[in-house]
Amino acid sequence: MLTVEGLRSRYGRIEVLHGIDLHVDSGEIVTVVGANGAGKTTLLRCLSGVQPVSGGSITFRGEVLTPVPAYKRLRRGLAQSPEGRQIFTNLTVEENLRLGAFLFSDDRVDRDMEDAFQMFPILKEKRNLAAGGLSGGQQQMLAMARALMGRPSCLLLDEPSMGLAPIIVQQIFDVVKGLKALNVTVLLVEQNAFGALKIADRGYVMETGHITMEGTAAELIADPRIREAYLGI
Amino acid sequence: MSELMQFLLSGATVGAVYALVALGFTIIYNASDVVNFAQGEFVMLGGMTTVFAHAAGLPLPLAALVAVVATSALGVALNKLAIEPARGAPVVSLIIITIGASIFIRGAAQLVFDKQIHRFPAFTGDDPLHILGATILPQSLWVIGGALVVFVALWLFFTRTLTGRAVLATSNNRLAAQLVGINTNWVMTLSFALSAGIGALAGVLVTPITMTSYDVGIALALKGFAAAMLGGMGNPKGALVGGILLGLLESLTAGYLSSTYKDAAAFIVILGVLFFMPQGLFGRKSTDRV
Ligand SMILES: Nc1ncnc2c1ncn2[C@@H]1O[C@H](COP(=O)(O)OP(=O)(O)OP(=O)(O)O)[C@@H](O)[C@H]1O
Ligand SMILES: [Mg+2]
Repeated sequence: MLTVEGLRSRYGRIEVLHGIDLHVDSGEIVTVVGANGAGKTTLLRCLSGVQPVSGGSITFRGEVLTPVPAYKRLRRGLAQSPEGRQIFTNLTVEENLRLGAFLFSDDRVDRDMEDAFQMFPILKEKRNLAAGGLSGGQQQMLAMARALMGRPSCLLLDEPSMGLAPIIVQQIFDVVKGLKALNVTVLLVEQNAFGALKIADRGYVMETGHITMEGTAAELIADPRIREAYLGI
Repeated sequence: MSELMQFLLSGATVGAVYALVALGFTIIYNASDVVNFAQGEFVMLGGMTTVFAHAAGLPLPLAALVAVVATSALGVALNKLAIEPARGAPVVSLIIITIGASIFIRGAAQLVFDKQIHRFPAFTGDDPLHILGATILPQSLWVIGGALVVFVALWLFFTRTLTGRAVLATSNNRLAAQLVGINTNWVMTLSFALSAGIGALAGVLVTPITMTSYDVGIALALKGFAAAMLGGMGNPKGALVGGILLGLLESLTAGYLSSTYKDAAAFIVILGVLFFMPQGLFGRKSTDRV
């Protein structure tokens, strides 16, 4: 479904992705784990088109995405819940969700919103409040729900567990796992390698702009190097 | 009493113009974080283009329409040619670009038009109306009414239309707006067109009272900027209130102190706001969490 080949990207003169190869098949949950500053966010920003690519290619459902401007990528089925949540803080929870469905104006918008509220009941309680006042966990839920309102076939998730209490992290990872049943393919980027690998089918390890290891989630969890470097076991 | 009323009426008239200029600042600032110092030139172009189109034989309403449309197009060109290519540059550089653009537009206006002072007839005559012992020109009512209509129309646009929501979303979070499928470049183009059009409309409305020439833009940009700062940069309601307040302040200063101090009012407002309440009256409360 999503194929990345030799992807390079830079900030000014400093290259931070040095040729990334990875692929995500339809229906999979794939995770990219890596430490602080490895380039995970930059990778997702390239995939969504909000970060210039300096080499390599991105193919999504048979189409080369590189020339497609950022705002058209959701129309192709690629959504992102970005790092730092990036919700519309001045708008209400409901308005955020409606903007998630900016591309649509049919009856399904209301149904999708009900589904989102079912997924994250706390958002329903707060639907008329300014999103900027939500707690970190609630903002994360809103960011994910907003991305899903765009009816993606593939969802890019950037560190949904960042800075959240373990119980909230668990709730969010459960929802991610449940996306399979909704036919949403997931590319999940995480520093929380253990949590991510537990729900993923496959994984990649990223270090300073390179993919250094890949395998099934079970293989990676069992690998001694990973256990030492990322799982702290 | 009637004296005070007179000052209030003339203050409200000028204030409505400042409010429209401040609104122009606000719209572009929201879409791009740029303070567009060419905003005053849009007002000048609105007036001057109407003058010359009218002199060329167009009926006044048509001349005014031509002026608003042409100025909007110039706003779009300013964005496409000067602001968009510099995307990614620090905001300060973008602001300097707008100052350069305003100097350029002023120079061009001097050549294309001339250096004379012009006016065209008031829309509905020059016979003053009497209100509570004070007099007001019918054209003043056009100015105040025009400003109110613009504000209501914009409010409807932002709250009721999909495009308006796209503009709001872009101003709140540009990255998120792109991710939900909004063409933020187009939103910026639209914002420049809107701002320029509103500026030009202000010029059309006020020229029969204040007259116009190629160089009226600088002072207006400064006053509009002061009004926007007073109201809280980026807040349309603030632009309205800030504009009216500044107009009243100027008119009361001129009336009760001396008209020589009138222009100082705007400077004092800018300094006062910068020192004592940088957020302005309606400044964004920071609900943003990091
Ligand atoms: N806007 C920027 N300008 C310059 N360098 C940047 C910028 N953003 C990120 N970088 C650099 O690019 C590299 C990769 O950063 P990136 O944010 O992609 O890492 P990450 O894997 O997402 O890290 P984290 O887990 O902390 O989110 C880092 O060395 C970082 O310092
Ligand atoms: Mg990151």
